[in-house]
Amino acid sequence: MRALNSLFAGLGLLLIAAGFCDAFAAGAVEGGTRQGLNVTAIIMFFIFVAATLGITKWAANRTKSAADFYAAGGGITGFQNGLAIAGDYMSAASFLGISGLVFATGFDGLIYSVGWLVGWPIVLFLIAERLRNLGKYTFADVAAFRLEQTPIRTLAATGTLTVVAFYLIAQMVGAGKLIELLFGLPYLYAVILVGALMIVYVAFGGMVATTWVQIIKAGLLLAGATFMAFMVLATFGFSTEAMFRAAVDIQPKHAAIMAPGGLVSDPISAISLGLALMFGTAGLPHILMRFFTVADAKAARKSVFYATGFIGYFYILTFIIGFGAITLLMNDPSYFKVAADGTYNKITDLLGGTNMAAIHLANAVGGSLFLGFISAVAFATILAVVAGLTLAGASAVSHDLYASVIAKGKVAEDKEVRLSKFAAIVIGIVAIMLGYIFENQNVAFMVGLAFAVAASCNFPVLLMSIFWKGTTSRGALLGGFLGLISAVAMVVLSPAVWVKTFGFKAALFPYDNPALFSMTIAFVGIWLFSKIDASARARAERDAFEAQYVRSETGIGAAEALAH
Amino acid sequence: MGDKVSYIRRDPVFQELVKKRTRFAWQLSAAMLVIYFGFIAIIAFAPKVLATPIGNGVTTVGIPVGLFVIASAFVLTGLYVHRANSEFDPMTREIMEKVK
Repeated sequence: MRALNSLFAGLGLLLIAAGFCDAFAAGAVEGGTRQGLNVTAIIMFFIFVAATLGITKWAANRTKSAADFYAAGGGITGFQNGLAIAGDYMSAASFLGISGLVFATGFDGLIYSVGWLVGWPIVLFLIAERLRNLGKYTFADVAAFRLEQTPIRTLAATGTLTVVAFYLIAQMVGAGKLIELLFGLPYLYAVILVGALMIVYVAFGGMVATTWVQIIKAGLLLAGATFMAFMVLATFGFSTEAMFRAAVDIQPKHAAIMAPGGLVSDPISAISLGLALMFGTAGLPHILMRFFTVADAKAARKSVFYATGFIGYFYILTFIIGFGAITLLMNDPSYFKVAADGTYNKITDLLGGTNMAAIHLANAVGGSLFLGFISAVAFATILAVVAGLTLAGASAVSHDLYASVIAKGKVAEDKEVRLSKFAAIVIGIVAIMLGYIFENQNVAFMVGLAFAVAASCNFPVLLMSIFWKGTTSRGALLGGFLGLISAVAMVVLSPAVWVKTFGFKAALFPYDNPALFSMTIAFVGIWLFSKIDASARARAERDAFEAQYVRSETGIGAAEALAH
Repeated sequence: MGDKVSYIRRDPVFQELVKKRTRFAWQLSAAMLVIYFGFIAIIAFAPKVLATPIGNGVTTVGIPVGLFVIASAFVLTGLYVHRANSEFDPMTREIMEKVK
């Protein structure tokens, strides 16, 4: 434990000292590209990091078994888990991205938030309790419950790692850029700092630390966003009509911001995007994992109820924050890149881009102290989300690939956990490298791709193995991989990537979001290849459905929570 | 374990529980899908509807409709949790008591 202490102290000091010294130097030279050092933000961020490292140390002492490491020993309550799930969802991308989208387009921002929210009831009605009843640490436990371990776990781990990789790249690049902007810390140092902290949280504190970091951040973010929305509404005497009226006057698009605009261009795209947002949620491995951290199905159910409430409330806040940013920032040139003739574009010239709308609004409603707070919370948000992703990836490597596929279940628990910690370190280092490589690439499509893969591989395999007796290993394997491959291929060939990223003239696949097609391919694939599977193994798997069914509905024989 | 499973499988309370819960879960899922894809369909096919101002104000119909979709997600989960706590959990306990 002493080694751990000195490691924490050393790591923190080294990185931060190196980063900020360099930032001072760079700030003096480059001036305009980055914001100057934001001292309040840095102090608040230090407090957050110190607190979370303290929690990690406490969690490390409690993390003794595999159940502790992967699932916090099942000791998280429904309310806490609801907050943690909401935290995983309230990423910097959704906080800054949605408020920025509302700032730029008004109503269209709401379409995205709604899509992200409505997956939750579906998760509750169909997945949450059964997942808790059947699984132990990863969603592959559930998919492979009565199916062949090797192929299904390989598939689930591939799906998990694909989702984690795309999500993590998007988060790392976003984190680097954001921190560069907020704290005046150079991009590479920012990425290394995020990567190093997430490795420490996951490798030492496992799920206990990852969950509590997420809970604390969710609380801070909800409190900060509530304050901002309150201040915005107070400006308009708590009349949303007055706020909308002011926004319509000020925003260059005027009344168009109160109606759906160009975000959703045609019905196929709209439905495809809707499917990806809705069912992607039900296939995100770092979120599915959270259902194993609670004691039983009842607590799993409660956690979705609380999470839905928190997320819905949060999206309403981001909507108000976006409109607040329109009304309070757009007429103030100090938030914009002003041309020599004194003019500026009220949307695109916002300092740091439209994603900074919420950050600038923090300054407008709460001054530099509150700006520092929100900046620190944004940083904390990134850390908490990447830690969850890293843990999900590490669990897929150790629990699914190593323990089940390679060692065929014959592996000592402590060895599996050690491997998981090692995997977390490797994933962290790879994430830092990818973050560096992708610095100047357009990574916006990667979160969409992560959702599309989750909706087209993880979700169909999970749903079909739980609900359809006829599902066989061969069907799930072929259907799942077809969904995965088609989702990735269609995204690569889509306008967003083929044309905008690779620079080809015409897209080979017309829609930016493939979910409508790739989900269909996955479901039909699973059904078809299961149907024509006449092997003895398939018969045995269909016969094993009864026992799985009874357990998924009642929880009989389900993994118990450990008493702490 | 195998005995317990086949015992539970034949238990009429289990069959009733599963039937009621599955039905309720799919009904609520259908409600959520209809509400959400109804919203998406209006955006795709009749965006003008959502652009209509309410009364003399600038607030459009789209705002309360969007809020309704958000609220409905929360209300539907609440309905499920309420019925699960008050009706499904006691039934599950009854089933589990018998195989203890």
